[in-house]
Amino acid sequence: MGGYFTDLISGTKSLLDGMWVTLKEFPRRPVTLNYPHESVKMYRRFRGHIELIGDEEGKPNCIVCSMCQRACPSGCISLGGVKPEGSKKKVLTSYILDFTTCSLCGSCVESCNFNALQFSNEYNLASTRKEDFIMDLLKRLEEQNQ
Amino acid sequence: MSLTLFNVVLAVFIAICFVGANAAYLVWCERKGAGLFQRRPGPMENGPWGLLQPPIDGLKLMTKQLLIPGGVDKAIFMVAPVLAMFPALISFVTIPFSNSIVAHPIDVGVLMIFAFAALGSMSLLVAGWGSRNKYSMISSVRAVSQTVAYEIPLMITTITIVMISGSLNLGDIVQSQLGGFWHWNIWPLQKQVGFNLLMPISFLILFVCSVAETNRAPFDLGEAESELVAGFHTEYSSMGFGLFFMGEYANIVIGACLTVILFLGGWSCPIGDLGFFPFTHNVGWFLLKIYLIIFVFIWIRWTFPRTTIYGLLNLSWKYLIPISLFNLLLTAGLLKVF
Amino acid sequence: MTEPISLQPDETFVLNVGPQHPATHGVLRVKMTMDGEYIYNAETVLGYIHRMHEKMAENRTYPQFMPNMGRLDYLSAMAFNHGYALVVERACGIEVPERAEYIRVITVELNRISSHLVWLGAYVLDLGGFTPLMYCFDDREQILDLLESVTGSRLTYCYFRFGGLYNDIDDDFISGTRAFIKRMRKELKMYAKLVTGNIILMRRLKDHGPVDQDMCQRYGATGPVARGSGINYDVRRNEPYSVYPEFDFEVPVYGECDSYARYLVRMDEMEQSLRIIEQALDKLPDGPVNPKKKPKLIKPPPGDYFAAVETARGNFGIRMVSDGSKNAYRLKLRSPTYSNMHLFDEACRGMLIADALAFMGSLDLVIPEMDR
Repeated sequence: MGGYFTDLISGTKSLLDGMWVTLKEFPRRPVTLNYPHESVKMYRRFRGHIELIGDEEGKPNCIVCSMCQRACPSGCISLGGVKPEGSKKKVLTSYILDFTTCSLCGSCVESCNFNALQFSNEYNLASTRKEDFIMDLLKRLEEQNQ
Repeated sequence: MSLTLFNVVLAVFIAICFVGANAAYLVWCERKGAGLFQRRPGPMENGPWGLLQPPIDGLKLMTKQLLIPGGVDKAIFMVAPVLAMFPALISFVTIPFSNSIVAHPIDVGVLMIFAFAALGSMSLLVAGWGSRNKYSMISSVRAVSQTVAYEIPLMITTITIVMISGSLNLGDIVQSQLGGFWHWNIWPLQKQVGFNLLMPISFLILFVCSVAETNRAPFDLGEAESELVAGFHTEYSSMGFGLFFMGEYANIVIGACLTVILFLGGWSCPIGDLGFFPFTHNVGWFLLKIYLIIFVFIWIRWTFPRTTIYGLLNLSWKYLIPISLFNLLLTAGLLKVF
Repeated sequence: MTEPISLQPDETFVLNVGPQHPATHGVLRVKMTMDGEYIYNAETVLGYIHRMHEKMAENRTYPQFMPNMGRLDYLSAMAFNHGYALVVERACGIEVPERAEYIRVITVELNRISSHLVWLGAYVLDLGGFTPLMYCFDDREQILDLLESVTGSRLTYCYFRFGGLYNDIDDDFISGTRAFIKRMRKELKMYAKLVTGNIILMRRLKDHGPVDQDMCQRYGATGPVARGSGINYDVRRNEPYSVYPEFDFEVPVYGECDSYARYLVRMDEMEQSLRIIEQALDKLPDGPVNPKKKPKLIKPPPGDYFAAVETARGNFGIRMVSDGSKNAYRLKLRSPTYSNMHLFDEACRGMLIADALAFMGSLDLVIPEMDR
């Protein structure tokens, strides 16, 4: 019988404790961000999809060594290059990223020894069409140069 | 005679408007309250502070397709949401908002409210039975045993109050509490029952019962989202779901009204009638009190986890019923002595 | 209240919980044979999110498989990465610089706290309380921000490399972590008031969901489930790896064998993780985070290797068989919740459905990890 009333009192007290905790939160300012109207600043190291780095003239640093292609676990990078006559270096002619299979692991950026790849800071990438995610990074670099 | 009929129709119409507006904006209050309790802003995109959210939600519900699952008993399936809304509406007819604002004062108002509240749980049973869904079935069985368990202490507590004020008429019950907050039934200060110290506890019992009666968290066993998906309204879409939703909020308003009338002095001004406007006994005080009670409803919902069916029955049969019975006997004895 | 009742098999019906159900937190399906609200038996059906990770390991080079490890257990990806890095390092004999080891411990423990926070929120949500979930996610957000600032990702970190790390931590991370420790200690007190002490929660968890030592051993349950049954076993202490022996921390063990014991183990583990992080930040040595000598191509010598780590859910073991090529010959992953889940059927018989789902939540299931 003693347990009957102590249960009742301690139980009620625990409930009131909980209610006090939530009441204290009630007048406080929300901690959330009003997303479409404000957005967070992305961290410097944020791993978005990759993009090419250009030199001063806007030409890509890439020398078409295909290390990124080999490092990629999902095989989503395909690149092509030609060797112009009289030159020793290959020139990049196409760099296609199939973002639909990319898992954003960053192996490509790490494998690159020529400072040719970096992560972009873009994260608003929603689309209803698959073609939007087959990215031509060379074209992207040209657009960035303009 | 025709005038009475007209009066009733008018009263029902006003009740529908009141219930509809309340249900819609209580949903907004609930969502806003939930947001603020949870460190987030709640609805805020449509209109200032999201105030246009309820009509937009209503529009959405009305324009959606009403799906009827194959193999259900159509008549029963369709009648259940109406049955959820209808008793709540009728109960408003007898609730006195102030001395003059009452649709139809009935001498057995308390009885009528209980009768229709019991009918409300019928809708859960019918919905669960008619949905042809195992989750709904389990939920409706739960909901009914819950209602049965909670109506007993609710009625016993009400009888205590009826004995003190000597009337089943809700208006008369309030009349006996006019004249300042020390006259309210919640305080153990009533001379005629010799300062019964159990009155605040009685109030708590009534409050807990009205939470349970309206199937609100922490007693929302019927809906029990994480166990029974959505309980009895799993299969309902569009306005079928909308009516259940509105019925729930209408029941909350009734629960709050009943609590205020029985224990918190209805439309009486807390410091007595001073004779000038805000401090007279008027409907404003009544509304203020019921919304305060509703705030506590919301506050409780967004604080506690759900009980289980046996936890709920334990609480009812081990604590609420014995204590309320004891209080009934004590009050009867004290009434005899003083 | 969970006394066995007389069940009559001919009066039962089958309740299909999942693959889409609010309580299963993923695509787990449990076929429950019910007698009214009582469970007669519960058959777990897996395979709805099978992605053949073990087979993928045989077709990818060792570094290429690293990102996969974060996709197993999305809540404690860091610990899974750690396990894989450990086994390959053991196989190739790569030395890890001391600073890298300390940073590994800090990030793994931060990740453990974030995982337990999600569990706490989701568990109380299973029990019907919504608000603690939001508070937990608010706290977890701080951890995710910290980890994002170093790893560049919020969930599938892929931060560890064989022999070291993706990159070094900075001063902002250190000061941010210290601030977080302070904040979290306060928040843990708040959770104790709001959730742990709550009478409704206690009534629902105490003496419900019995998992005794014998059952743990038969099914191979580990982690908080085993520690809630009085088994004093934690890989971090019993088979130490990394720099764990250098820290002073306790392994919380409760002997009550009920859901509440498992609950308390996890709450205490968060506190202990905070202690470990604090010590690691104090002791953090200077130096490189990647070894100077690192083989260019990872080709472990032929053999059979094993490593185990303590993830947020228990003992995660990797057995790797190498034939000397650049792909693994066989990679067997032993994930903790797979074993933890399978005692559910035996333990839940005769329970009410509400209690059974509360019990299931206390096992802390992450479906993609169970069903690889």
